[in-house]
Amino acid sequence: MTLLVILEHDRGDLAEASREAMTAGRSLAEQMGDDLHAVLIGEGADHLTDEAAELGAQTVHVVTHDILTDYGPDAWAESVRQLADEIDAAAVLAVGTDRGNEVMAQLAARTDLPFVANCVSVDASDDEGWSMTRLQWGGSLLEDSTIEAERKLVSIGHHAVVASDALAPGAGTVEEFEPELDGSHAVTIIKDRAVLSQGVTLSTAPVVVSGGRGVGSADGFGILEELADLLSGRVGCSRAVTNNGWRPHADQVGQTGTRIAPEIYIATGISGAIQHWVGAMASKRILAINTDPEANMVAKADYAVIGDLHKIVPAVTAEIKRRKGST
Amino acid sequence: MRILVCVKRVPAPGAKINVTTDGQAVETAHLGFTTSPHEECAVEEAVQITERMGGEVTVLTVGPAEAEEQLRYAASVGCHNLVLVPTDGLALDPQRTAAIITETVGGLEADGGGFDLILFGNESADSGGFQVGVRVAHALGRPIVNGIKGIDVEDDHIVARRAVDAGFEVYELPRPAVLGVKEGINLPRYPTMKGRLASKKAEMVSQPIDAENGGQVMVRLHRPAETVKETVMLGDSEEAAPAIVDLLEEIGVLQ
Ligand SMILES: Cc1cc2nc3c(=O)[nH]c(=O)nc-3n(C[C@H](O)[C@H](O)[C@H](O)COP(=O)(O)OP(=O)(O)OC[C@H]3O[C@@H](n4cnc5c(N)ncnc54)[C@H](O)[C@@H]3O)c2cc1C
Repeated sequence: MTLLVILEHDRGDLAEASREAMTAGRSLAEQMGDDLHAVLIGEGADHLTDEAAELGAQTVHVVTHDILTDYGPDAWAESVRQLADEIDAAAVLAVGTDRGNEVMAQLAARTDLPFVANCVSVDASDDEGWSMTRLQWGGSLLEDSTIEAERKLVSIGHHAVVASDALAPGAGTVEEFEPELDGSHAVTIIKDRAVLSQGVTLSTAPVVVSGGRGVGSADGFGILEELADLLSGRVGCSRAVTNNGWRPHADQVGQTGTRIAPEIYIATGISGAIQHWVGAMASKRILAINTDPEANMVAKADYAVIGDLHKIVPAVTAEIKRRKGST
Repeated sequence: MRILVCVKRVPAPGAKINVTTDGQAVETAHLGFTTSPHEECAVEEAVQITERMGGEVTVLTVGPAEAEEQLRYAASVGCHNLVLVPTDGLALDPQRTAAIITETVGGLEADGGGFDLILFGNESADSGGFQVGVRVAHALGRPIVNGIKGIDVEDDHIVARRAVDAGFEVYELPRPAVLGVKEGINLPRYPTMKGRLASKKAEMVSQPIDAENGGQVMVRLHRPAETVKETVMLGDSEEAAPAIVDLLEEIGVLQ
Protein backbone atom coordinates (compact mmCIF):
# COMPACT_ATOMS: atom_id res chain seq x y z
CA MET A 1 0.00 0.00 0.00
CA THR A 2 1.02 3.59 -0.37
CA LEU A 3 0.76 7.01 1.18
CA LEU A 4 0.22 9.67 -1.46
CA VAL A 5 1.46 13.20 -0.70
CA ILE A 6 0.16 16.15 -2.70
CA LEU A 7 2.91 18.62 -3.57
CA GLU A 8 2.02 22.24 -4.22
CA HIS A 9 3.73 24.32 -6.82
CA ASP A 10 2.89 27.25 -9.00
CA ARG A 11 4.03 26.64 -12.57
CA GLY A 12 7.17 24.96 -11.36
CA ASP A 13 7.98 26.74 -8.10
CA LEU A 14 7.74 24.19 -5.30
CA ALA A 15 5.89 25.68 -2.33
CA GLU A 16 7.84 25.68 0.94
CA ALA A 17 4.81 23.94 2.47
CA SER A 18 5.51 20.93 0.24
CA ARG A 19 8.75 20.31 2.12
CA GLU A 20 6.65 20.16 5.29
CA ALA A 21 4.25 17.76 3.54
CA MET A 22 7.10 15.40 2.64
CA THR A 23 8.60 15.63 6.13
CA ALA A 24 5.27 14.63 7.67
CA GLY A 25 4.74 12.06 4.91
CA ARG A 26 8.03 10.29 5.63
CA SER A 27 7.21 9.68 9.28
CA LEU A 28 3.65 8.69 8.50
CA ALA A 29 4.69 6.22 5.77
CA GLU A 30 7.16 4.70 8.21
CA GLN A 31 4.44 4.22 10.83
CA MET A 32 2.15 2.70 8.23
CA GLY A 33 4.91 0.48 6.83
CA ASP A 34 3.93 1.74 3.38
CA ASP A 35 5.63 3.34 0.39
CA LEU A 36 5.80 7.10 0.10
CA HIS A 37 4.53 8.46 -3.21
CA ALA A 38 4.33 12.10 -4.23
CA VAL A 39 2.11 13.71 -6.83
CA LEU A 40 2.90 16.77 -8.93
CA ILE A 41 0.03 18.24 -10.88
CA GLY A 42 0.04 20.59 -13.82
CA GLU A 43 2.36 22.49 -16.09
CA GLY A 44 6.00 23.09 -15.30
CA ALA A 45 6.34 20.41 -12.63
CA ASP A 46 8.62 18.02 -14.53
CA HIS A 47 11.83 19.40 -13.13
CA LEU A 48 10.54 19.00 -9.55
CA THR A 49 10.69 15.21 -9.63
CA ASP A 50 14.32 15.20 -8.45
CA GLU A 51 13.44 17.42 -5.55
CA ALA A 52 10.57 15.11 -4.60
CA ALA A 53 12.95 12.15 -4.67
CA GLU A 54 15.45 14.07 -2.51
CA LEU A 55 12.63 14.57 -0.03
CA GLY A 56 12.06 10.82 0.15
CA ALA A 57 9.54 9.91 -2.55
CA GLN A 58 9.88 6.34 -3.81
CA THR A 59 7.58 7.15 -6.72
CA VAL A 60 6.74 10.55 -8.15
CA HIS A 61 3.54 10.79 -10.18
CA VAL A 62 3.50 13.57 -12.74
CA VAL A 63 -0.07 14.37 -13.68
CA THR A 64 -0.61 16.12 -16.99
CA HIS A 65 -3.68 17.04 -18.97
CA ASP A 66 -4.60 19.83 -21.40
CA ILE A 67 -6.70 21.66 -18.81
CA LEU A 68 -4.08 21.35 -16.06
CA THR A 69 -2.11 24.50 -16.71
CA ASP A 70 -2.99 26.54 -13.64
CA TYR A 71 -4.35 25.54 -10.28
CA GLY A 72 -8.02 24.66 -9.97
CA PRO A 73 -9.58 22.81 -7.00
CA ASP A 74 -11.88 20.55 -9.05
CA ALA A 75 -9.26 19.57 -11.61
CA TRP A 76 -6.61 18.92 -8.95
CA ALA A 77 -8.89 16.92 -6.67
CA GLU A 78 -10.35 14.86 -9.48
CA SER A 79 -6.83 14.05 -10.69
CA VAL A 80 -5.79 12.96 -7.21
CA ARG A 81 -8.94 10.89 -6.82
CA GLN A 82 -8.25 8.96 -10.01
CA LEU A 83 -4.59 8.51 -9.19
CA ALA A 84 -5.32 7.35 -5.63
CA ASP A 85 -7.67 4.71 -7.05
CA GLU A 86 -5.11 3.65 -9.65
CA ILE A 87 -2.34 3.09 -7.09
CA ASP A 88 -4.74 1.97 -4.36
CA ALA A 89 -3.49 4.58 -1.89
CA ALA A 90 -4.19 3.83 1.77
CA ALA A 91 -4.02 7.52 2.61
CA VAL A 92 -3.66 10.93 0.99
CA LEU A 93 -1.90 13.80 2.73
CA ALA A 94 -1.41 17.51 2.04
CA VAL A 95 -0.31 20.50 4.06
CA GLY A 96 -3.15 22.66 5.38
CA THR A 97 -2.52 25.69 3.19
CA ASP A 98 -5.50 27.31 1.47
CA ARG A 99 -4.94 25.11 -1.55
CA GLY A 100 -4.03 21.99 0.41
CA ASN A 101 -7.19 22.04 2.49
CA GLU A 102 -9.31 22.95 -0.50
CA VAL A 103 -8.06 20.05 -2.61
CA MET A 104 -8.45 17.62 0.30
CA ALA A 105 -12.01 18.83 0.96
CA GLN A 106 -12.83 18.38 -2.73
CA LEU A 107 -11.33 14.90 -2.65
CA ALA A 108 -13.31 14.06 0.48
CA ALA A 109 -16.54 15.34 -1.08
CA ARG A 110 -15.96 13.25 -4.21
CA THR A 111 -15.35 10.06 -2.24
CA ASP A 112 -17.65 10.75 0.71
CA LEU A 113 -14.79 9.94 3.05
CA PRO A 114 -13.94 11.79 6.27
CA PHE A 115 -11.20 14.42 6.01
CA VAL A 116 -9.31 15.62 9.07
CA ALA A 117 -7.83 19.07 8.53
CA ASN A 118 -4.80 20.65 10.20
CA CYS A 119 -3.38 17.77 12.21
CA VAL A 120 -0.35 18.36 14.40
CA SER A 121 0.29 14.67 15.05
CA VAL A 122 -1.08 11.45 13.62
CA ASP A 123 -0.94 7.92 15.02
CA ALA A 124 -1.24 5.63 12.01
CA SER A 125 0.03 2.45 13.64
CA ASP A 126 -3.40 0.81 13.44
CA ASP A 127 -4.60 0.27 9.85
CA GLU A 128 -8.21 0.21 10.86
CA GLY A 129 -8.50 3.48 12.69
CA TRP A 130 -6.11 6.37 13.01
CA SER A 131 -6.03 8.78 15.91
CA MET A 132 -4.79 12.30 15.58
CA THR A 133 -4.51 15.68 17.26
CA ARG A 134 -5.69 18.62 15.20
CA LEU A 135 -5.97 22.38 15.48
CA GLN A 136 -9.16 24.16 16.43
CA TRP A 137 -9.60 27.91 16.82
CA GLY A 138 -6.70 28.51 14.46
CA GLY A 139 -4.37 26.79 16.95
CA SER A 140 -5.66 28.10 20.28
CA LEU A 141 -7.20 24.73 21.07
CA LEU A 142 -6.38 21.12 20.24
CA GLU A 143 -8.78 18.33 19.38
CA ASP A 144 -8.07 14.60 19.65
CA SER A 145 -9.98 12.72 17.00
CA THR A 146 -10.20 9.30 15.43
CA ILE A 147 -11.19 8.24 11.93
CA GLU A 148 -12.13 4.97 10.37
CA ALA A 149 -12.11 4.92 6.61
CA GLU A 150 -10.80 2.71 3.83
CA ARG A 151 -8.76 5.66 2.59
CA LYS A 152 -7.58 8.20 5.15
CA LEU A 153 -7.55 11.85 4.12
CA VAL A 154 -5.60 14.24 6.33
CA SER A 155 -3.87 17.58 6.14
CA ILE A 156 -1.02 18.64 8.38
CA GLY A 157 -1.30 22.11 9.88
CA HIS A 158 0.80 24.65 7.98
CA HIS A 159 4.02 25.18 10.00
CA ALA A 160 3.00 22.39 12.40
CA VAL A 161 6.08 20.41 11.39
CA VAL A 162 9.54 21.77 10.72
CA ALA A 163 10.58 20.84 7.19
CA SER A 164 13.69 18.66 7.10
CA ASP A 165 15.70 16.76 4.53
CA ALA A 166 15.31 13.01 4.14
CA LEU A 167 18.07 10.89 5.74
CA ALA A 168 18.23 9.04 2.45
CA PRO A 169 16.55 10.05 -0.81
CA GLY A 170 13.78 7.88 -2.24
CA ALA A 171 14.12 6.01 -5.52
CA GLY A 172 12.06 8.72 -7.17
CA THR A 173 10.72 6.56 -9.98
CA VAL A 174 8.81 8.88 -12.27
CA GLU A 175 5.36 7.76 -13.43
CA GLU A 176 3.26 9.77 -15.86
CA PHE A 177 -0.47 9.87 -15.21
CA GLU A 178 -3.10 11.35 -17.45
CA PRO A 179 -6.48 11.62 -15.71
CA GLU A 180 -9.83 11.73 -17.48
CA LEU A 181 -11.02 15.29 -17.11
CA ASP A 182 -13.64 17.30 -18.93
CA GLY A 183 -14.95 20.86 -19.11
CA SER A 184 -16.80 20.52 -15.82
CA HIS A 185 -13.47 20.25 -14.00
CA ALA A 186 -12.18 23.36 -15.74
CA VAL A 187 -14.77 25.84 -14.46
CA THR A 188 -12.81 26.55 -11.26
CA ILE A 189 -9.37 26.94 -12.83
CA ILE A 190 -7.62 30.28 -12.25
CA LYS A 191 -8.56 32.70 -15.04
CA ASP A 192 -6.27 35.57 -14.19
CA ARG A 193 -3.95 36.92 -11.52
CA ALA A 194 -3.48 40.37 -10.04
CA VAL A 195 -0.32 41.31 -8.19
CA LEU A 196 -0.91 43.92 -5.53
CA SER A 197 2.13 44.30 -3.41
CA GLN A 198 5.73 43.46 -3.98
CA GLY A 199 8.50 43.35 -1.43
CA VAL A 200 7.94 42.75 2.27
CA THR A 201 4.46 41.71 3.23
CA LEU A 202 3.09 41.55 6.73
CA SER A 203 3.74 37.82 6.88
CA THR A 204 7.42 38.18 5.92
CA ALA A 205 8.32 41.54 7.51
CA PRO A 206 11.26 41.40 9.98
CA VAL A 207 9.61 44.04 12.18
CA VAL A 208 5.89 44.51 12.76
CA VAL A 209 4.64 47.53 14.69
CA SER A 210 1.01 46.93 15.60
CA GLY A 211 -1.72 49.01 17.13
CA GLY A 212 -4.97 48.04 18.82
CA ARG A 213 -8.01 49.83 20.14
CA GLY A 214 -5.68 51.79 22.42
CA VAL A 215 -4.45 53.77 19.40
CA GLY A 216 -7.84 55.46 19.42
CA SER A 217 -8.26 56.55 15.79
CA ALA A 218 -7.11 56.08 12.20
CA ASP A 219 -4.91 59.18 12.52
CA GLY A 220 -3.32 57.72 15.64
CA PHE A 221 -1.53 55.19 13.41
CA GLY A 222 0.71 57.94 12.03
CA ILE A 223 3.19 57.48 14.88
CA LEU A 224 3.25 53.71 14.31
CA GLU A 225 3.86 54.16 10.58
CA GLU A 226 6.76 56.47 11.26
CA LEU A 227 8.37 53.95 13.60
CA ALA A 228 7.72 51.04 11.23
CA ASP A 229 9.31 52.99 8.35
CA LEU A 230 12.45 53.70 10.38
CA LEU A 231 12.76 49.96 11.07
CA SER A 232 11.91 48.89 7.49
CA GLY A 233 8.93 47.10 8.98
CA ARG A 234 5.21 46.95 8.42
CA VAL A 235 2.25 48.21 10.41
CA GLY A 236 -0.16 45.63 11.79
CA CYS A 237 -3.31 45.90 13.87
CA SER A 238 -5.96 44.06 15.85
CA ARG A 239 -9.50 43.23 14.75
CA ALA A 240 -10.90 45.98 16.97
CA VAL A 241 -9.04 48.37 14.66
CA THR A 242 -10.23 46.87 11.36
CA ASN A 243 -13.79 46.69 12.71
CA ASN A 244 -13.61 50.41 13.36
CA GLY A 245 -12.38 51.01 9.83
CA TRP A 246 -9.11 52.57 11.06
CA ARG A 247 -6.94 50.20 9.00
CA PRO A 248 -7.56 47.83 6.07
CA HIS A 249 -8.10 44.17 6.87
CA ALA A 250 -4.81 43.32 5.12
CA ASP A 251 -3.09 44.75 8.22
CA GLN A 252 -4.92 42.52 10.71
CA VAL A 253 -2.85 40.05 12.68
CA GLY A 254 -4.60 36.96 14.04
CA GLN A 255 -6.79 33.94 13.51
CA THR A 256 -8.85 35.57 10.76
CA GLY A 257 -6.04 37.87 9.66
CA THR A 258 -2.38 37.29 8.89
CA ARG A 259 0.07 35.00 10.74
CA ILE A 260 3.29 36.88 11.30
CA ALA A 261 6.77 35.72 12.29
CA PRO A 262 9.00 38.82 12.61
CA GLU A 263 12.26 39.19 14.54
CA ILE A 264 10.32 41.51 16.82
CA TYR A 265 6.65 42.25 17.21
CA ILE A 266 5.88 45.59 18.84
CA ALA A 267 2.27 45.36 20.05
CA THR A 268 0.89 48.65 21.28
CA GLY A 269 -2.56 49.18 22.78
CA ILE A 270 -3.48 45.53 22.14
CA SER A 271 -4.94 43.45 24.97
CA GLY A 272 -3.78 40.10 23.53
CA ALA A 273 -7.03 38.19 22.99
CA ILE A 274 -6.39 34.56 22.12
CA GLN A 275 -7.48 35.10 18.49
CA HIS A 276 -4.92 37.87 18.13
CA TRP A 277 -2.25 35.87 19.93
CA VAL A 278 -2.37 32.88 17.54
CA GLY A 279 -1.42 35.21 14.72
CA ALA A 280 1.48 36.73 16.66
CA MET A 281 2.89 33.80 18.64
CA ALA A 282 5.41 32.78 15.99
CA SER A 283 7.21 36.12 16.46
CA LYS A 284 10.79 35.67 17.70
CA ARG A 285 10.32 38.37 20.36
CA ILE A 286 7.40 40.44 21.50
CA LEU A 287 7.48 43.89 23.04
CA ALA A 288 4.16 44.99 24.52
CA ILE A 289 3.35 48.64 25.18
CA ASN A 290 0.19 48.92 27.22
CA THR A 291 -1.29 51.07 30.00
CA ASP A 292 -2.62 47.94 31.70
CA PRO A 293 0.03 45.82 33.47
CA GLU A 294 -2.53 43.01 33.72
CA ALA A 295 -3.12 42.81 29.94
CA ASN A 296 -2.65 39.34 28.48
CA MET A 297 -0.26 40.76 25.88
CA VAL A 298 1.99 42.05 28.67
CA ALA A 299 1.92 38.69 30.45
CA LYS A 300 2.88 36.82 27.28
CA ALA A 301 5.43 39.29 25.92
CA ASP A 302 9.21 38.97 26.29
CA TYR A 303 9.50 42.70 27.01
CA ALA A 304 6.97 45.25 28.15
CA VAL A 305 6.64 48.93 28.85
CA ILE A 306 3.66 49.98 30.95
CA GLY A 307 2.44 53.34 29.76
CA ASP A 308 0.72 55.42 27.14
CA LEU A 309 1.65 54.41 23.60
CA HIS A 310 0.99 57.96 22.40
CA LYS A 311 3.96 59.12 24.45
CA ILE A 312 6.21 56.07 24.27
CA VAL A 313 6.12 55.40 20.51
CA PRO A 314 7.16 58.96 19.49
CA ALA A 315 9.90 58.85 22.14
CA VAL A 316 11.29 55.66 20.57
CA THR A 317 11.21 57.25 17.11
CA ALA A 318 12.99 60.35 18.44
CA GLU A 319 15.64 58.22 20.14
CA ILE A 320 16.31 56.25 16.93
CA LYS A 321 16.62 59.51 14.95
CA ARG A 322 18.91 60.96 17.60
CA ARG A 323 21.23 57.94 17.43
CA LYS A 324 21.17 57.85 13.64
CA GLY A 325 21.94 61.55 13.52
CA SER A 326 24.87 61.23 15.89
CA THR A 327 26.62 58.44 13.97
CA MET B 1 -30.79 37.44 -6.98
CA ARG B 2 -31.54 34.81 -4.38
CA ILE B 3 -28.62 34.36 -2.04
CA LEU B 4 -28.21 31.87 0.80
CA VAL B 5 -25.63 32.44 3.55
CA CYS B 6 -24.72 29.62 5.94
CA VAL B 7 -23.49 30.83 9.35
CA LYS B 8 -22.32 29.27 12.61
CA ARG B 9 -22.82 30.46 16.17
CA VAL B 10 -19.51 30.36 18.06
CA PRO B 11 -18.42 31.51 21.51
CA ALA B 12 -16.29 34.67 21.77
CA PRO B 13 -13.51 33.86 24.24
CA GLY B 14 -11.07 36.52 25.46
CA ALA B 15 -7.57 35.87 26.76
CA LYS B 16 -8.04 32.10 27.11
CA ILE B 17 -10.23 29.30 25.88
CA ASN B 18 -11.32 26.96 28.67
CA VAL B 19 -12.61 23.45 28.10
CA THR B 20 -15.37 21.71 30.09
CA THR B 21 -14.14 19.04 32.53
CA ASP B 22 -15.35 16.22 30.28
CA GLY B 23 -13.28 17.70 27.43
CA GLN B 24 -16.24 17.68 25.06
CA ALA B 25 -16.80 21.38 24.55
CA VAL B 26 -15.52 24.90 25.12
CA GLU B 27 -16.56 26.18 28.56
CA THR B 28 -19.02 28.90 27.63
CA ALA B 29 -20.55 29.67 31.05
CA HIS B 30 -19.18 33.22 31.07
CA LEU B 31 -18.90 33.86 27.36
CA GLY B 32 -20.88 35.79 24.80
CA PHE B 33 -21.55 34.33 21.39
CA THR B 34 -21.06 35.66 17.91
CA THR B 35 -21.21 34.68 14.25
CA SER B 36 -17.94 33.29 12.90
CA PRO B 37 -16.10 36.36 11.46
CA HIS B 38 -15.77 35.04 7.90
CA GLU B 39 -19.52 34.40 7.86
CA GLU B 40 -20.31 37.82 9.26
CA CYS B 41 -18.59 39.18 6.14
CA ALA B 42 -20.48 36.70 3.94
CA VAL B 43 -23.73 38.11 5.34
CA GLU B 44 -22.62 41.68 4.63
CA GLU B 45 -21.55 40.75 1.10
CA ALA B 46 -24.91 39.11 0.35
CA VAL B 47 -26.79 42.16 1.66
CA GLN B 48 -24.63 44.51 -0.44
CA ILE B 49 -25.22 42.43 -3.59
CA THR B 50 -29.00 42.46 -3.11
CA GLU B 51 -28.93 46.19 -2.35
CA ARG B 52 -27.26 46.72 -5.73
CA MET B 53 -29.14 44.16 -7.78
CA GLY B 54 -32.38 43.46 -5.92
CA GLY B 55 -33.37 40.09 -4.52
CA GLU B 56 -33.32 38.49 -1.12
CA VAL B 57 -30.93 36.96 1.34
CA THR B 58 -31.74 33.83 3.33
CA VAL B 59 -29.59 32.98 6.34
CA LEU B 60 -29.31 29.38 7.47
CA THR B 61 -27.73 28.03 10.62
CA VAL B 62 -27.42 24.51 11.93
CA GLY B 63 -27.06 24.90 15.67
CA PRO B 64 -28.66 25.11 19.09
CA ALA B 65 -31.97 26.94 19.58
CA GLU B 66 -29.95 29.90 20.91
CA ALA B 67 -28.48 30.39 17.42
CA GLU B 68 -31.68 32.35 16.81
CA GLU B 69 -29.62 35.24 18.22
CA GLN B 70 -27.19 35.07 15.25
CA LEU B 71 -30.06 34.78 12.75
CA ARG B 72 -31.80 37.83 14.25
CA TYR B 73 -28.53 39.73 14.08
CA ALA B 74 -28.29 38.89 10.37
CA ALA B 75 -31.85 40.17 9.94
CA SER B 76 -30.90 43.39 11.73
CA VAL B 77 -28.25 44.10 9.09
CA GLY B 78 -30.53 43.41 6.15
CA CYS B 79 -31.18 39.69 5.62
CA HIS B 80 -34.72 38.71 4.73
CA ASN B 81 -35.37 35.06 5.58
CA LEU B 82 -34.14 33.12 8.61
CA VAL B 83 -33.83 29.34 8.82
CA LEU B 84 -32.72 27.38 11.88
CA VAL B 85 -31.97 23.66 11.86
CA PRO B 86 -31.92 22.84 15.58
CA THR B 87 -29.31 20.33 16.73
CA ASP B 88 -30.00 20.05 20.47
CA GLY B 89 -26.45 21.18 21.15
CA LEU B 90 -24.77 18.18 19.53
CA ALA B 91 -21.31 18.78 18.07
CA LEU B 92 -21.73 17.44 14.55
CA ASP B 93 -18.91 16.11 12.43
CA PRO B 94 -18.34 17.86 9.08
CA GLN B 95 -19.94 15.17 6.92
CA ARG B 96 -23.10 15.21 9.01
CA THR B 97 -23.30 19.01 9.01
CA ALA B 98 -22.84 19.09 5.25
CA ALA B 99 -25.52 16.44 4.68
CA ILE B 100 -27.97 18.38 6.87
CA ILE B 101 -27.29 21.63 5.00
CA THR B 102 -27.57 19.93 1.59
CA GLU B 103 -30.96 18.49 2.46
CA THR B 104 -32.15 21.79 3.90
CA VAL B 105 -31.07 23.66 0.77
CA GLY B 106 -32.97 21.13 -1.34
CA GLY B 107 -36.14 21.84 0.63
CA LEU B 108 -35.69 25.62 0.52
CA GLU B 109 -35.11 25.55 -3.24
CA ALA B 110 -38.10 23.28 -3.87
CA ASP B 111 -40.31 25.75 -2.00
CA GLY B 112 -38.88 29.11 -2.98
CA GLY B 113 -36.83 28.61 -6.14
CA GLY B 114 -33.12 28.07 -6.66
CA PHE B 115 -30.38 30.16 -5.07
CA ASP B 116 -28.14 32.00 -7.54
CA LEU B 117 -25.35 32.12 -4.99
CA ILE B 118 -24.61 30.28 -1.75
CA LEU B 119 -22.00 31.74 0.59
CA PHE B 120 -20.11 29.98 3.36
CA GLY B 121 -17.34 31.23 5.61
CA ASN B 122 -13.94 29.89 4.54
CA GLU B 123 -13.79 27.86 7.75
CA SER B 124 -15.66 28.01 11.04
CA ALA B 125 -13.88 29.92 13.79
CA ASP B 126 -14.12 27.09 16.31
CA SER B 127 -13.76 23.59 14.83
CA GLY B 128 -12.25 24.80 11.54
CA GLY B 129 -12.84 21.66 9.47
CA PHE B 130 -12.30 23.45 6.11
CA GLN B 131 -14.80 21.29 4.23
CA VAL B 132 -18.52 21.82 4.88
CA GLY B 133 -19.02 24.32 2.04
CA VAL B 134 -17.10 22.16 -0.42
CA ARG B 135 -19.12 19.06 0.49
CA VAL B 136 -22.41 20.92 0.11
CA ALA B 137 -21.39 22.44 -3.24
CA HIS B 138 -20.33 19.06 -4.53
CA ALA B 139 -23.55 17.38 -3.39
CA LEU B 140 -25.53 20.12 -5.16
CA GLY B 141 -23.39 19.78 -8.29
CA ARG B 142 -22.26 23.43 -8.17
CA PRO B 143 -18.78 24.92 -8.45
CA ILE B 144 -17.07 26.34 -5.35
CA VAL B 145 -13.87 28.23 -4.68
CA ASN B 146 -12.65 29.08 -1.18
CA GLY B 147 -10.69 32.00 0.27
CA ILE B 148 -12.72 34.63 -1.57
CA LYS B 149 -12.15 38.32 -0.84
CA GLY B 150 -13.93 39.88 -3.83
CA ILE B 151 -17.16 39.05 -5.69
CA ASP B 152 -18.64 40.57 -8.87
CA VAL B 153 -21.96 39.20 -10.01
CA GLU B 154 -22.40 39.24 -13.80
CA ASP B 155 -25.42 38.16 -15.83
CA ASP B 156 -24.43 34.58 -16.34
CA HIS B 157 -21.34 34.16 -14.22
CA ILE B 158 -19.62 35.25 -11.03
CA VAL B 159 -16.13 36.66 -10.80
CA ALA B 160 -14.45 35.71 -7.52
CA ARG B 161 -11.08 36.93 -6.29
CA ARG B 162 -9.05 34.87 -3.92
CA ALA B 163 -6.42 36.55 -1.80
CA VAL B 164 -2.90 35.14 -2.00
CA ASP B 165 0.15 36.58 -0.30
CA ALA B 166 1.00 39.18 -2.92
CA GLY B 167 -2.31 39.74 -4.69
CA PHE B 168 -5.31 37.92 -6.10
CA GLU B 169 -6.18 34.86 -8.15
CA VAL B 170 -9.27 35.48 -10.28
CA TYR B 171 -11.88 32.77 -10.87
CA GLU B 172 -14.92 32.90 -13.08
CA LEU B 173 -17.75 30.57 -12.07
CA PRO B 174 -20.98 29.86 -13.93
CA ARG B 175 -24.17 30.59 -11.98
CA PRO B 176 -25.46 29.14 -9.73
CA ALA B 177 -22.27 28.99 -7.67
CA VAL B 178 -21.01 28.55 -4.12
CA LEU B 179 -18.17 30.56 -2.52
CA GLY B 180 -16.18 30.30 0.71
CA VAL B 181 -15.66 33.87 1.90
CA LYS B 182 -12.90 35.32 4.07
CA GLU B 183 -12.97 38.23 6.49
CA GLY B 184 -11.67 41.37 4.77
CA ILE B 185 -13.95 41.11 1.72
CA ASN B 186 -15.84 44.05 3.25
CA LEU B 187 -16.37 45.87 6.52
CA PRO B 188 -19.61 44.57 8.05
CA ARG B 189 -22.05 47.31 9.04
CA TYR B 190 -23.48 47.69 12.50
CA PRO B 191 -27.24 47.27 12.85
CA THR B 192 -29.32 50.43 12.90
CA MET B 193 -32.10 50.96 15.46
CA LYS B 194 -34.60 50.42 12.65
CA GLY B 195 -32.83 47.22 11.65
CA ARG B 196 -32.91 45.95 15.20
CA LEU B 197 -36.63 46.57 15.52
CA ALA B 198 -37.34 44.88 12.18
CA SER B 199 -35.24 41.86 13.14
CA LYS B 200 -37.45 41.17 16.15
CA LYS B 201 -40.41 40.74 13.85
CA ALA B 202 -38.63 38.77 11.13
CA GLU B 203 -40.12 35.34 10.65
CA MET B 204 -37.86 32.43 11.54
CA VAL B 205 -38.46 28.95 10.15
CA SER B 206 -37.29 26.04 12.28
CA GLN B 207 -36.63 22.85 10.31
CA PRO B 208 -35.53 19.77 12.23
CA ILE B 209 -33.41 17.74 9.82
CA ASP B 210 -30.75 15.21 10.73
CA ALA B 211 -28.27 13.00 8.91
CA GLU B 212 -25.93 10.09 9.55
CA ASN B 213 -22.65 10.52 11.39
CA GLY B 214 -19.55 10.79 9.23
CA GLY B 215 -16.30 8.97 9.88
CA GLN B 216 -14.51 11.45 12.14
CA VAL B 217 -15.08 11.14 15.86
CA MET B 218 -14.03 13.87 18.28
CA VAL B 219 -12.54 12.35 21.42
CA ARG B 220 -11.67 15.39 23.48
CA LEU B 221 -10.54 19.00 23.45
CA HIS B 222 -7.54 20.30 25.33
CA ARG B 223 -5.38 23.40 25.48
CA PRO B 224 -1.91 23.41 23.95
CA ALA B 225 0.95 23.41 26.45
CA GLU B 226 1.98 26.95 27.30
CA THR B 227 5.51 28.04 27.90
CA VAL B 228 5.31 30.53 30.73
CA LYS B 229 8.07 33.07 30.51
CA GLU B 230 9.09 36.00 32.59
CA THR B 231 8.32 39.37 30.97
CA VAL B 232 11.27 41.76 31.15
CA MET B 233 9.95 45.18 32.20
CA LEU B 234 11.71 47.98 30.35
CA GLY B 235 9.98 50.85 32.14
CA ASP B 236 6.72 52.61 32.82
CA SER B 237 6.91 55.76 30.69
CA GLU B 238 8.60 57.32 27.66
CA GLU B 239 11.79 57.19 29.74
CA ALA B 240 11.99 53.58 28.50
CA ALA B 241 12.77 54.73 24.93
CA PRO B 242 16.60 54.29 25.18
CA ALA B 243 16.14 50.78 26.61
CA ILE B 244 13.80 49.89 23.74
CA VAL B 245 16.24 51.23 21.14
CA ASP B 246 19.09 49.31 22.82
CA LEU B 247 17.03 46.18 22.37
CA LEU B 248 16.33 46.95 18.70
CA GLU B 249 20.04 47.48 18.12
CA GLU B 250 20.97 44.30 19.95
CA ILE B 251 18.70 42.11 17.83
CA GLY B 252 19.91 43.76 14.64
CA VAL B 253 16.74 45.34 13.29
CA LEU B 254 18.18 48.85 13.49
CA GLN B 255 20.79 49.55 10.85
C1 LIG C 1 -13.71 34.02 16.07
C2 LIG C 1 -12.95 35.25 16.37
C3 LIG C 1 -11.84 35.56 15.58
C4 LIG C 1 -11.10 36.71 15.85
N1 LIG C 1 -9.99 36.97 15.08
C5 LIG C 1 -9.19 38.01 15.42
C6 LIG C 1 -8.00 38.31 14.70
O1 LIG C 1 -7.68 37.70 13.67
N2 LIG C 1 -7.21 39.32 15.13
C7 LIG C 1 -7.53 40.07 16.23
O2 LIG C 1 -6.75 40.99 16.56
N3 LIG C 1 -8.66 39.84 16.90
C8 LIG C 1 -9.50 38.83 16.53
N4 LIG C 1 -10.67 38.64 17.22
C9 LIG C 1 -11.08 39.65 18.22
C10 LIG C 1 -10.44 39.49 19.57
O3 LIG C 1 -11.20 38.60 20.34
C11 LIG C 1 -10.38 40.84 20.31
O4 LIG C 1 -11.68 41.39 20.39
C12 LIG C 1 -9.46 41.88 19.65
O5 LIG C 1 -8.22 41.31 19.33
C13 LIG C 1 -9.27 43.04 20.60
O6 LIG C 1 -8.50 44.04 19.99
P1 LIG C 1 -7.62 45.04 20.88
O7 LIG C 1 -6.65 44.28 21.67
O8 LIG C 1 -7.13 46.09 19.97
O9 LIG C 1 -8.73 45.75 21.78
P2 LIG C 1 -9.00 45.65 23.40
O10 LIG C 1 -9.16 44.24 23.76
O11 LIG C 1 -10.05 46.60 23.63
O12 LIG C 1 -7.63 46.13 23.98
C14 LIG C 1 -7.16 47.44 23.95
C15 LIG C 1 -5.88 47.50 24.77
O13 LIG C 1 -5.30 48.77 24.64
C16 LIG C 1 -4.76 49.19 25.89
N5 LIG C 1 -4.68 50.66 25.84
C17 LIG C 1 -5.71 51.54 25.82
N6 LIG C 1 -5.23 52.80 25.71
C18 LIG C 1 -3.88 52.71 25.65
C19 LIG C 1 -2.83 53.66 25.53
N7 LIG C 1 -3.09 54.97 25.43
N8 LIG C 1 -1.57 53.21 25.50
C20 LIG C 1 -1.29 51.88 25.60
N9 LIG C 1 -2.25 50.95 25.73
C21 LIG C 1 -3.54 51.36 25.74
C22 LIG C 1 -5.74 48.63 26.89
O14 LIG C 1 -5.13 48.50 28.16
C23 LIG C 1 -6.08 47.28 26.26
O15 LIG C 1 -5.18 46.27 26.71
C24 LIG C 1 -11.45 37.53 16.93
C25 LIG C 1 -12.58 37.22 17.69
C26 LIG C 1 -13.33 36.10 17.41
C27 LIG C 1 -14.53 35.79 18.25
